[in-house]
Amino acid sequence: MRQVDAVIIGGGPAGLAAAIELKKKGVEDILILEREKKPGGILRQCIHDGFGLTRFGETLSGPEYASRFVKQAEELSIPCMTDTTVLEITPDRKVYASSSEGFLEIQARAVILAMGCRERTRGAISIPGTRPAGVYTAGVAQAYINLKNKMVGRNVVILGSGDIGMIMARRMTLEGAKVLGVFEIQPYPSGLPRNVEQCLNDYHIPLYLSHSVTDIRGRDRLESVVVSQVDENLAPIPGTEKEYPCDTLILSVGLIPENELTWMAGAEADEGTKGPAVDENYQTTVPGIFAAGNVLHVHDLVDFVSLEAEALAEGAARLIQEGSLPGCHLNVKGDPLVGQLVPARISGQNDVTVSFRVRRPLKDCTIEICQGENVIKRLKKPKALPAEMIQISIQAEKLNTADDLEVKMIC
Amino acid sequence: MEQWDVIVIGAGVVGAAAARELARFRLKIGVLEKELDVACGNSSRNTGMLHAGFTYKPGSLKAECAVEGNQEFDQVAEELGVPFKRTGKLVVGFTDHDMENILKYKGIGEQNGVKGMRIIDKEEIRRIDPNAGGEFAMYVPSSGILDPMAYTIALAENACQNGVRFFFGREVTDIRRLEDEDCYLLETPKGDFKTRWVVNCAGMFASKISAMLGYPDYPVKGFKGEYYVLDKKAGAFLSIPVYPAPNDNGGFATHATPTIDGNVLVGPDSYVTEDWEDYKVTKEHMDGLFADGRKMFKQMKRDYFIRNFAGIRWKRYDPETGAILDFKLEADASHPHTVNLVGIESPGVTCALPLARRAAALLAAQEHPAANQDFNPVRPVEKRFYEMTREEKARAIEKDPEYGEIVCRCETVTRAEIRKAIHNPLGVCTVTGIKNRTRATMGRCQGGYCETRITEMIEEEMGIRPEDVRYSRENSYMFTGPVRSREKDHFGEMGGAAQ
Amino acid sequence: MLREFTCIMCPQGCDIQVKLEEETIAEVSGNRCPRGREYVTQEIENPMRNIATSVLVEGGELPLASVRLTSPVPKARIFDVMAEIKKAVLKAPVCEGDVVISRVLGLDSDVIVTKSVDKVS
Repeated sequence: MRQVDAVIIGGGPAGLAAAIELKKKGVEDILILEREKKPGGILRQCIHDGFGLTRFGETLSGPEYASRFVKQAEELSIPCMTDTTVLEITPDRKVYASSSEGFLEIQARAVILAMGCRERTRGAISIPGTRPAGVYTAGVAQAYINLKNKMVGRNVVILGSGDIGMIMARRMTLEGAKVLGVFEIQPYPSGLPRNVEQCLNDYHIPLYLSHSVTDIRGRDRLESVVVSQVDENLAPIPGTEKEYPCDTLILSVGLIPENELTWMAGAEADEGTKGPAVDENYQTTVPGIFAAGNVLHVHDLVDFVSLEAEALAEGAARLIQEGSLPGCHLNVKGDPLVGQLVPARISGQNDVTVSFRVRRPLKDCTIEICQGENVIKRLKKPKALPAEMIQISIQAEKLNTADDLEVKMIC
Repeated sequence: MEQWDVIVIGAGVVGAAAARELARFRLKIGVLEKELDVACGNSSRNTGMLHAGFTYKPGSLKAECAVEGNQEFDQVAEELGVPFKRTGKLVVGFTDHDMENILKYKGIGEQNGVKGMRIIDKEEIRRIDPNAGGEFAMYVPSSGILDPMAYTIALAENACQNGVRFFFGREVTDIRRLEDEDCYLLETPKGDFKTRWVVNCAGMFASKISAMLGYPDYPVKGFKGEYYVLDKKAGAFLSIPVYPAPNDNGGFATHATPTIDGNVLVGPDSYVTEDWEDYKVTKEHMDGLFADGRKMFKQMKRDYFIRNFAGIRWKRYDPETGAILDFKLEADASHPHTVNLVGIESPGVTCALPLARRAAALLAAQEHPAANQDFNPVRPVEKRFYEMTREEKARAIEKDPEYGEIVCRCETVTRAEIRKAIHNPLGVCTVTGIKNRTRATMGRCQGGYCETRITEMIEEEMGIRPEDVRYSRENSYMFTGPVRSREKDHFGEMGGAAQ
Repeated sequence: MLREFTCIMCPQGCDIQVKLEEETIAEVSGNRCPRGREYVTQEIENPMRNIATSVLVEGGELPLASVRLTSPVPKARIFDVMAEIKKAVLKAPVCEGDVVISRVLGLDSDVIVTKSVDKVS
């Protein structure tokens, strides 16, 4: 069994950033395992620009953003095994993986989970209708069009206003398809406002809020979809059905952290993020197993994925070099307006960045971070959208080691 | 034109079983199927139960075949290399009326020869499966679970291995008797077939074929049911099928069944449909399944939803009384050299081989064909990578490096397995065909990771263009063309206008 | 006259209000940084956009190389630029940063490769 200091599961933006930072912190024996033929993760198919403004201060396409990390990892001689799929992780940090070169058995001192996320599917949201060809998730359509040189359709309806859905609306329009509309079940767009502007409005693609697809029709290939308005409980309103003839339905209905290996390793889940519950060091409930990036919680921007993975490296390096990390016994809790809160636990002894999203759009609200009666931080926000992650840093000297940390949204 | 001894119409579970049983004789056999794979209709659109046979009328062909099919299945599964588990079944009740019906069908089951059924209390239910609902239950030890698609594929491949040929995309549109040649001419969109014998196994379309052969156009009524497929995570909570007490007619409302691959099926409900291929799922019924399913299976949660599907049981009935009728199996001398199977619905999977044997016997009684000495009932199968131990995995990769390349992450299917599936003996190369042979795309991401790889492999292995890849059916194309190519510039046809 | 914009310069997507007197900007509010003002000024005068798409690669380990523009082009010219990019064919290997079309359609913008594609082995 091969022994390494740190094995990193996934060579996307999180895994690469974590690896580079670990190396910089003096961890020598690192191995990245990547299931694709090349590192870079999902960014390889995200050819649009708009990445990197926070991390690099300039705007890059997905492949360019990824290649900065790939090059740096190469320069630091960090080994990355591609075409290698991890099949199993045990609680004592043994990793079993499969590649055409053989079956791998690795014992690591730290395991870094950086598997990213997957798309929600038709079945997950129970869309009624028949089952013809021509129904794709946005990411699959993006892979076909941007990586495989295959056009998936000509007349397109998009369900869900997630960022990838809107980006695919623009992408397919540029390639000559007619996008009939983007339909969003919520009364607000689920992606970023800039994408509503530059992907939809620029190309006169209508966005219908409070609408959902209520029937899929067609025997062999998709022939049409029926769209209905929904009420405040998101239930379709009878009588509002409208049929759109189309050959393609693109689903952009949410992302789910890909954590099958995480659960196999015995880590506990966080109900809010659907990812593992981690402490301020990004350590899961299993000692020595860490997680960052979209596997932990779905991010709005890749820049924050990289930054989070870089932050993870600090704790992971300390564990590898010192053998243990201080316990984190204080819970981090959010009020009902706060969702996807990370981390789940802190020590109260270190600086910490709390990340979360609001559950619905809010205006003129105040964020309060408290410990018991003590308000540690108060921030005013003129606008808060579920599409964007809110991150707040708290300095160690403001924290006590006795009370749970609470995040409140006051409107 | 090629001459056939026997043409079987339909490659559902009954057609595939008939082909396999007929292959025990020295006959030249072909199977015509209108879809691009076996079991595209209701053969695969069901719960995957090996039924015990306690709800069918004593003395009926249904009851006889179900009990026979149930008893022999361990051997059948062994021969064909089909995963199968004799899980038993819990028929649970809550009310006195439930108990009455359970006892009624226990009596019927005993009359039919079903062994070992017993009434158990709540405590024993929980002992058998803590996630099963119900105040009391009938425990039926002989019930089992299988994958009906895998079973049909196995029957067809075994038939194929014994010389039967399968033709897909061949819907029989007309049948003519050529008296002077003592044969039938079958018309299909891809050419005609001449055959001495016709065996009608057309499932829901059997009445139509029946009429073409000169038999009555038997009236059938469609009872549709919808299903939820739940994630394997839910499968960990259910070890045995849990059915509610049967209603007064022996029908079951929504139940929960573990699948042989570790998922859970919730359904079917039951309602009448008029459309032959009404496989759409509806919000109304999905909502109903969710509510009813939770009574049977406490872990029914939205987080576990991965897919929905529907199937239809086309039951033969008496138009005057409305009564549901038994399976019809006949070989009437006034329609020479024909075997007619009509109204075969649930428990068609359990009954397929017993029915096929009876059909083959009817043919043999008239034709007296010689036995096929080379017939081999055993289908060779290879162990799935997913099921291998770590040591076996390591060895498999050493022997064939493509075993090391995982194409489908959720179901752990390797490139080697996908490649073998593309070159399956039946020559099926649709995306769903590969899915049904490997389980790739059947997991929780539903092909999000592997579908792009599978379509690419189909193109490479079959030497076809992306535009010619089919998802499931004849016109189920997946791609409209390349994004970029040297030849044409289709840009601007329908482009939106940015201003 | 009052006009409203959603700034696309960064993911914050500020809602910006612009007060116009005649054709000139009298007041800009709602932007959280100076780029918001630049954006609306440009947007009122001559909206500019960048685009990303792909170019056919022959003999590469991938069939396409992704490309983008080095600087935005007038929004009204997007489809003209797309038509030019569609005509381009590259031979592997191609490297990130390679110029596919310099000064596309005479505009002040190059089409550059954003993903290296190796030769197929």
